[in-house]
Parts: sequence; C-alpha cells; structure tokens
Amino acid sequence: MSALLEVDNLQISARNDDDELTPIVKGVSFNVQPGEVVALIGESGSGKTTIALSSLGYTKPGLEFVGGEVRLHGEDVISMQNDRLRGLRGQRVAYLAQSAAATFNPALTIGEQVTESTVLHGLMSQEEANRRAEDLYRALELPDPDRLGKRYPHQVSGGQLQRLMAATALCGKPDLLVLDEPTTALDVTTQIEVLKSFKSVITQEGASAIYVTHDLSVVAQIADHIVVLYAGEIQEYGTADQVVTQPSHEYTRRLMYAVRPPPAAGQGEETSDEHQRKAPALEVKNLLAGYGRTQNGAPEITVLRDVNVAIERGHSVGVIGESGCGKSTLARVMAGLLPAAQGEVLLDGAALQPALQQRSRNELQKIQFVFQMADTALNPRQRIDKILGRPVEFYHGLKGEEKRRRVGELLQMVELPQEFAGRYPEELSGGQKQRINLARALAASPEVLLCDEVISALDSIVGANVIELLKRLRKQTGVSFVFISHDLSTVASFADQIVVLYAGRVVEQGPTNAVLSPPYHPYTRLLISSVPELRVGWLEETMETQEAQAGIDRVVTLTDKGCPFFDRCPRAVKGTCDEETPPVRKVTGSHSIECHLSEAEFAQ
Amino acid sequence: MSEQTNNTDQSFSFDELPDAPPKRKIKLSWPGKIGIAIVLFWSVIVVIGPTIAPYHEADILDEDLFIVPGSDEMYPDTEFQPPSKIVYLGSDYIGRDLLSRILYGARTTIGISVLATLLAYLIGVTAGIAASVGSRYLDMGLSRVNDALLSIPSIMFALVLIAALNSPGIFWLILITGFIYAASVFRIARSLGQEVMVSDFVEAAKVRGEGLWWIITREILPNIAMPLATDFGLRFVWVILFISSLSFLGLGVQPPMSDWGSMVKENLPGLVLGSYAPLMPAFAIASLTISVNMIVDDLSAATGGKLAKRMIS
Amino acid sequence: MIWRALLARLGISLVTLWVVSVLIFIGTNLLPGDVAQIILGQMATPENTAVLREKLGLDKHPVEQYLVWLSNVMMGDLGISKAGLGAGLGTPIVEMLGPRIDNTAMLTVLVGAIAIPISVALGLLAAMHPGTRLDRTITFSTLNIISIPDFLIATILVLVFAVSLGWLPSIVYLRGDESGWVLMKTIAMPLMTLVILSSSQIIRMTRATVLNVMSSPYVEMAILKGVPRRRIILRHALFNAIGPIVNVIALNLAWLVGGVVVVEQIFSYPGLAKLMIEAVQMRDMPLVQACAMIFCAVYVVLIFIADMATILSNPRLRHPK
Repeated sequence: MSALLEVDNLQISARNDDDELTPIVKGVSFNVQPGEVVALIGESGSGKTTIALSSLGYTKPGLEFVGGEVRLHGEDVISMQNDRLRGLRGQRVAYLAQSAAATFNPALTIGEQVTESTVLHGLMSQEEANRRAEDLYRALELPDPDRLGKRYPHQVSGGQLQRLMAATALCGKPDLLVLDEPTTALDVTTQIEVLKSFKSVITQEGASAIYVTHDLSVVAQIADHIVVLYAGEIQEYGTADQVVTQPSHEYTRRLMYAVRPPPAAGQGEETSDEHQRKAPALEVKNLLAGYGRTQNGAPEITVLRDVNVAIERGHSVGVIGESGCGKSTLARVMAGLLPAAQGEVLLDGAALQPALQQRSRNELQKIQFVFQMADTALNPRQRIDKILGRPVEFYHGLKGEEKRRRVGELLQMVELPQEFAGRYPEELSGGQKQRINLARALAASPEVLLCDEVISALDSIVGANVIELLKRLRKQTGVSFVFISHDLSTVASFADQIVVLYAGRVVEQGPTNAVLSPPYHPYTRLLISSVPELRVGWLEETMETQEAQAGIDRVVTLTDKGCPFFDRCPRAVKGTCDEETPPVRKVTGSHSIECHLSEAEFAQ
Repeated sequence: MSEQTNNTDQSFSFDELPDAPPKRKIKLSWPGKIGIAIVLFWSVIVVIGPTIAPYHEADILDEDLFIVPGSDEMYPDTEFQPPSKIVYLGSDYIGRDLLSRILYGARTTIGISVLATLLAYLIGVTAGIAASVGSRYLDMGLSRVNDALLSIPSIMFALVLIAALNSPGIFWLILITGFIYAASVFRIARSLGQEVMVSDFVEAAKVRGEGLWWIITREILPNIAMPLATDFGLRFVWVILFISSLSFLGLGVQPPMSDWGSMVKENLPGLVLGSYAPLMPAFAIASLTISVNMIVDDLSAATGGKLAKRMIS
Repeated sequence: MIWRALLARLGISLVTLWVVSVLIFIGTNLLPGDVAQIILGQMATPENTAVLREKLGLDKHPVEQYLVWLSNVMMGDLGISKAGLGAGLGTPIVEMLGPRIDNTAMLTVLVGAIAIPISVALGLLAAMHPGTRLDRTITFSTLNIISIPDFLIATILVLVFAVSLGWLPSIVYLRGDESGWVLMKTIAMPLMTLVILSSSQIIRMTRATVLNVMSSPYVEMAILKGVPRRRIILRHALFNAIGPIVNVIALNLAWLVGGVVVVEQIFSYPGLAKLMIEAVQMRDMPLVQACAMIFCAVYVVLIFIADMATILSNPRLRHPK
C-alpha cells in the first residue's frame, strides 16, 4: 500500500532582512499511510508547524522551501502552481489551527465559513454542504446543530469553536487533516472532550491526519506514529507505542521525563517543620474580592468569596483551578495589587493593609510576586544587573561592590552564568528570563513567594527544570511558596498543600496526599480524571466515567447563592445545591471539603 | 543570538531554543539616507544662514546691480528677476534677493516649528503621563478636555485665536501652535503610557513599593522614548506645514521678517509673470518635510510599523 | 445594544459640540480691549461706543452674553457682521453665509465624489500587491504628497495648467449661473488640488487597514482553505476593513477643512473659508464665530459618522449573544 503523504528530505529556511537564509527545517522525511494519524512532537522552534503546513504547499511569510519534496498521492505539492494548490487546500488537505478564536472571521456566519471551501471547490451545493455541516455538528456533539450555522463566532464558546474548526476541515471530506496544537489553548476538562470528538470523527471518516503538539500525553491518545523533532531535525520516528514505552533517543527520554506523572497521593514534597513558628507565614481570612467599583463592601464583579487559606512557614501551597476561577486574583489580593473588599490578609499573624500603597516597605519585602510571563515582567530597557540590583538596594540598602556581589549570588542561585548581568532581557531565552524573574523576587529575601503560573508559558523540558530549581530553592531558603497553576500534575509534584478553587470559592483544601485521595470534592475528582496519562487507551477509559461528562463544554459561572459547581456536578441535588451555600466539612486534620454531600455519600 | 552560550542546564545537550528574534537594527533606505543629509544641511543653515547670505533679508536690491554692462538700459526692473550671478535664485516681488531670504527664513520657519513642537511635547507628554499614571478622575477629566480640543480643526482654532489676539507676534504664534498640537501629543503619550503602565514590569515595581517618580522616570519613560521620538518627527512635519499655511494665509509670521510660508504668498503673483520665485521657498519646505518623513518611515519600519498602526486608529 | 452604543456616541457628539461652542466663544471674547471700540475704530466716540456696546449686548455678564449668543445661534440668528456697522447698519451674517456655504459645499461634495472611489481603489490595489513596484510607487508618491505644503500642490498646478498650458484660469471667478462644462472648467483647479490632497491620505490608510486585515489569522486560514484571492479580499478582508475605511474617509473629509482654507484663498474661491479668512483679517468677530461654528459642526458630524462606521461594522455589536 502506497503512502498517502510522503515527506522526503524537506528543507525550509527563513529569509531575513539582509537576504540571508537560516535553515528552519533540515532534511525531514516521514510518511503518512491512509487512515493513520502521525504526530509531530517538539518544543517551540522545532519546526513542527512549519513541516505540517508544507503538506498544504504553504509556508508562513518569511519562510521558503529550499529543497526536498512533499508528495500527496505521489504528486509533489511544493512545486504546484497557485490554482492547483487552491484545489488541494481545503479539498484534499485540510488545516486546523491552534487558536480557533482567531482563525474564524468575526464578520461572517459560522455556517458560511464551515461550508465555504466545500462549496467553492464545487464538491457540493450549498444545501448539501449545509446538511453535511449539520451532520458534523451532531457528530462533534455541538449544541443546537440546526441553528448553529446562522450564528457568529463570538456567540459560541472557545471549546465549541475548536470543534467547529474540525467541522470546517472535515466538511469537504479531505484525505488528510493537519491539526496544529488543537487543544493547547483549552482547559484540561474541555481538552479531553475535544480530543475525544476529534478522535471519533477521524475514525468515522477514515481520514488520515498529521497531529502537531508539544504534549506527549496528548499524542499517546491519538497517534499511530510519532515523529520527535528538535531544531528542525528528526530525533526519533516510530510507532506511538514504541516511542511512549521504549523511547530510544536521549531527547525523547528527556521529553518523557518532563511529563509529570498523573497526580496521585504520595507525590507532594514532605516539609520539615524546622522553620515553624506560631502564626502562619501568610493567611487570608473570609476574603471577598473582585473588580469594579466597590459599594457597601461588595465589588461590581465578585471573583473570590469566603476564601480562607493559611500558608505555613516553609510550606508550599498549590492553588489549582480552571481559567476564570480566581487563582490569579487570590495572588493579587495577597500581594496588595488588588485590595480586598472584605476580609483580611495576615502576615506573621498581623493584619496587613489591603492596598500595597499603605503597606510598609518591610511588609512588602516579605511577600514577593513572581509574574507569569517573564517576557513582560522584565523591563526591556534595563539590564539584568539593574533588574536584580534594584530590589537589593531598595530593601537592603546595599550599594556598589556589595550590591554587585549579591547580584552575582542571585544569578548563581538560579543557575545562570555571571556574565548575564550585562545583558538585556531580550538577549535571553524564555527559561532564562523566567529564572531572572525568580531571582528578582528572591533578591528581596522574602518570606513568601507568590508564583503565578510561572511555568505555563515554558516548554515542557524547560518548565520541568524550573520546577526542579524551585524545589531546590525551597529547601535552601525555607521560603514559603504559593504556587498557582492550572496544571494539577505540576502542583501535585511541587506542593505539600493544595487549595482547589472553583468560581471563586475554595471547594477543597488540605495536604496534597489528602486532597489527591478519596474522599474528593466532585470538582477535584473531575480535575484529577481530566489530566491525560501518558499511556495509550487512557482517553477511551476516561470518557466512560461520569466525571468526564461534567467537563463537557461548560463555562465557569460565578453565582451568588448555592454551590457554583451545581450545573456541572454529576451528583448535584436540585433544591439544595443550587440554593444553599455548601457547608465546609472537615475530613481529617486540615483537610476540608465544601460540599452538601455527607461523608457517607463521599465514600460511595 | 547564535553565539549565545547556553550553559543554564548542566549536562543538558539539547539547549532551549532561542525564542526571541534577533534585535532588529535600524536600516536606512536610500531615501532615508538622503533625508538625513538634507535635514543636516538645513540644520547647518539655521545656524550659519544669515552669515553666508549674500544680502540682508530686508535689503531691496539697487537697480545698479542689475545693469547689464554695455547695455543702455539705465533703470532695469529689479522685481521677479530670473536667477543670475547677482541673485542666484532670482529676486522677489519688490526686488529682494530670494536666496538670502530663504537662508534667513530657514531660521524663522524651522526655529518656530521646533520651538512649537517642543512646547507641544512639553505640555502633551506631561499631561499624557499624568493621565496614564494618575487617578481615574484625572485621566477622565484630561481626556474629555482633550477630546473637545481635538474636535476643533486645528486651523479653525488658530484662526479664531489669531483673530482674537489681532495679528499676534512670533511668541504668540509659537504658543498657539504648541497648545493646539499638544492635544494630539497628549493622546499618543497617554496611550503609550497606559500600555506600559499595565505591563507586568510596572506592576512588579509597584509591588516592590517603588514611588511614582521612579516608575515614571525608570520604567515608563525609557520604554516610550523611542516611539515618541518617531512621533516627534511626524508632529514636526505637521507643525511646519501648519505654520507655513498660516503664514501663507498672511496670518503667521509678519513682514519684514522672512519666512518660507509668507514668501510663497507674497511672490504668488509672479507666477503668471513667468517667475519661479514662489516655488523656491515652497520647495525648501517640501525638501525638509519630505526628508523628515522618509527618516520617520525607516524608523517606524524598524519598530515593526507599530507607530503606523497607532496613527490609523 | 447597538442602539445604546450609537445613542451614547450621539450624546458625546452633542456634548462635544457644546464644549466647542464654549471654546469658540471664549476664544473670540478672549481679547483684551473693547470690541465696540475696535469695531468703530477711528469713528469711536464715547456716545456711539456705548450705544454699540448695548446693541451688541457687551454690557451684560459674559455668561449671559454666551447664553444669548447660543440661543440666537440655535434659532438661526448668527448675529450681525461688522460690515456696514460703522454706518449704523450691519449685514445679517445669515445673508452673507448663504451663497458661500453653497460654494464650499459644492466643492467638497465634488471632491468627495471623485476622491473616495479613486483612492479606495488605489489603496486596495496597493494592498493586494504589497511590495511590488506598483505598491512602492503608490506608497512613495502618497508619502511625498502628504509631506508637502498644500499650497505647493496648488502652485504647481497653476504653473502647469494656467501658466504653461493656459487651459484653466488660475483664479476662480464664480458668477453663480455657470453649469456643466463651464462650471467644471472654472472650479477645476481647486477641485484637483483638493482631490490630490485628500486622496493621498485615504490611499495610505486604506492600504494600511486592508494590509492589517490581510495579515490576520483568519485570512491565512482562508488561504489554507483554498479560497481564491479575489474572494479573500472582497469577502473576508474588505468585509472587516469596511468599517475602518469608512472611518478613515470621514476623518479625511474632516481634515479637508484645513486644505479648503488654503485652497479657497489661493484660488480666490468665494467659499466659506475665504469669508472666514477675510473676517479674521478684518477682525469681524461675530462673523469669525459663525464661520468657526459651522466648520466645527461639520467636523463633529463627520467624526460622529466615522465612529458610527466603527460601531456598525463590529459584529459583536450587530449580533449580540
């Protein structure tokens, strides 16, 4: 059987302003057999998207084909003329982009965009295409399939748009689908559902696919073959099973190592109590916070409600939840960036002023904030020595030689060479910038470090290294950490306490081991079951569970009364859960769950 | 970036791939290079113009100068004379040397425009930064006033004020122009300032407990200096054109001072007599404004055309 | 939702117009000295100055003066021009304005009718072939045109068409009964100047707007769906760019005000702007006020249209959830 797509010694280069060529893809070859899904996996800069796009005979502006062939049914697409390429694109090869929100034209209806390519290519009449689109909406489990086509992109949710992209691609029954990180921008709970509908539709339609991603555990669910890429070259190429279970190449093993094991009890770091004092390092009590004008102690939009969290000295508390749950808001309230409307923030048992302008320099020094995006958190016009030197001078009054020595120490602490002191942030890579970002917070010698999604923008290997660094720093310095992340595996591997936030409420909190083992809050259970496992077949098993159903394309809604998780909860009791604020149940020690279910019911 | 040694992760053979594109250098195109030369040329003229001018700007040339040796014409015309060895660019409508007046006029036109643009920047940037770092009410107040000012066409504004002040002098001309253009500078400085103000690194400075002065001088200003400098060029061009238009309408610089805009106006009747006198000062203005725009074009290409986008919205 | 946005914008426009009227009133009354005395000039005696002051309402409080002026303006009474005042009878400004407004309106409407289609087409053309010689020629020449003074364009046109070729008159002499070919020939020069001036801006901005849309992910997606280039530009790009383009056109017509002032002066075109320049030179303040109010009102209306285009072209507002 001949291959559907043959990529043969493909070479692509970038042309810069001075007309010099820099190779981006350096002689890549692989095949896609009919009915097969081939995954291209690699980190940013590996050339995976560039390679995938070449199967449509397309390069991003500034890139150009230098050599090799990409043959579809034995015919080279790179050398095709424009009008033939047009016949190829959308008809025989279809593309699914990473961000559906940006790739849908805001001014045209969904239906027109889904059917456009098919109708233009003369494959179907408009009516036939509309019927086909409706069938696909049903197959992809999209709501209200009859009227969906008449709506506009901004009227549906992100997860739905992502599946509508799939409908667009599949509408013309292409031979080959190119999926470019189609689930990366989604929350974990939405991700599995989108993954599942992709997989079942691909199977139903008998299509072949190229699946581009950086996430090995996602790949394991969907691919038949895996191509591991680094810097435009293939490192390893084999069946999914072989690559996942017996990686032969060093780079693949590193990727595997960077994938943290699924969250389970027993992962959290054990913390000695040597730094313990009476009061917790940082504590928030009965917090109510939000945005907009505050009237009678209630903000226009309430984001956090009844939040009680204590960070013991030397401990690390992981805060977890989907986007929109109020994780970052909590950190901003602690830092004083967003004054709370009600409740208090205590440092060492003493109440802090809500707004940072009223806090003393000494108090500010003890709580340091590490921002999510190192790119934007470092002033591009300041050199590293100035970025790190300022807090040293500001809080500790060090000057001249002393200051320089301290900056050197800090660089050493975050494992960066001394000569980085003279560089500007833009001369550093993403991981290095994040280390500087950390070092700046450490420069204050704080007691509590607030880390807001510090590794979510980093590639997996780089992120794993930063986590290792954080673990080491915690042991060395005894600093308490508040570690905010949407990724439960990351939190589980780093924190000794976990706080689960949903729609601005703490639904469960306690020691990592307790939170990750039964009894669970239904939402914690959903989160745990949504984290993809690095093994083939996990997706199918998970989708059977009732928890997974709760993840289906719901948005987090803030409610004034009752339990906010009510409309997603598989065990919700109408009349109780949607009306009454759930009680906080103490399970054991400091482990508590906010739910109407009784302990006996949890046990079921 | 390629020479960067990445020894962050010991024993790590697969370096993290650099994610930042190499720093873009400002590359000057040919029009840009010529532009710089012309701007430099006029800058020199501003300084030494009156020194090297063959005559004084107000000198009405003597008839004797124009007597052609051997000719019996004892009373030749001195007005609208074509270029010759006596008057290199010809003479104007009352017989003054055009070249000398252009050389003197450079100082007036460019000087007034630079001062007016600087004034506009002083007012606009100060207010713009104040609006972007200040309270919501300060921002709202300043922005509303600014919106109202911007909804009067600048030339109307100037005409009303000039009428009210009864043909004011150069001092008022600079003041009026600076004030009018401050409105648009305010808008751009405010939006640039706001953009930096909400960035994480300013937030980081706030969390550190830095004062407002530090945030303005160390965090905001260095980051908006480059786009503002580019904008200064554009604004300067508009101010030159604006002041020249006013002078052309007879409401700007008043005689006997020479200024390029009014020179075009006073010599306009010469056009039908076949004299190029009105074109010379007009070309002088055009050479300067086109040059500045060419340089700005290159600069904004280097900053990714960000400014160009801002100018549209 | 969309009505609320439009109403809000209308409200802002009305407030702006009011603020503008205050600013103009302050501006024209800013001057030190006695208006009545300035108007009468050498004929001023204490008696007739007092009479005129009372007649002009200058003995009242400034706020009262403003309110009287504003209510008069709203009722269509723009006051009395200085022209003829010395002799005891002034010309009502409304009478003076009529034919001038007609002339200026005719000129600008014609400019719009010619410049808008040409420049949108050229802007699109440049945006469809970015980086080509055609595009570079268009961008380079439009950049040059917006950089040079408006009177230079007018001067060159006079030199070419009036002096060298002798085809067209260098001064507009409108009797008011011209029509067709004669009229076109009479106003050809100011028309051409203004068309060149305004189209350069519109071309540049149309090009930039369309290019901006063309670099958006959804246009790349359309390419990858195999959508033909023509359809990408006409359906995907233009559909999203139409709001910004209308915005640009409205703003440019507003900017034309400045060009109109210079052009009417240079060609002695008997329009509103020339009347205003004359008023400024004569210090005929009521007339200056009236002309400025009219220009500012048109400007505010055009900006309102520009903003409306933006609001109306926003699919989020047109099709709320």
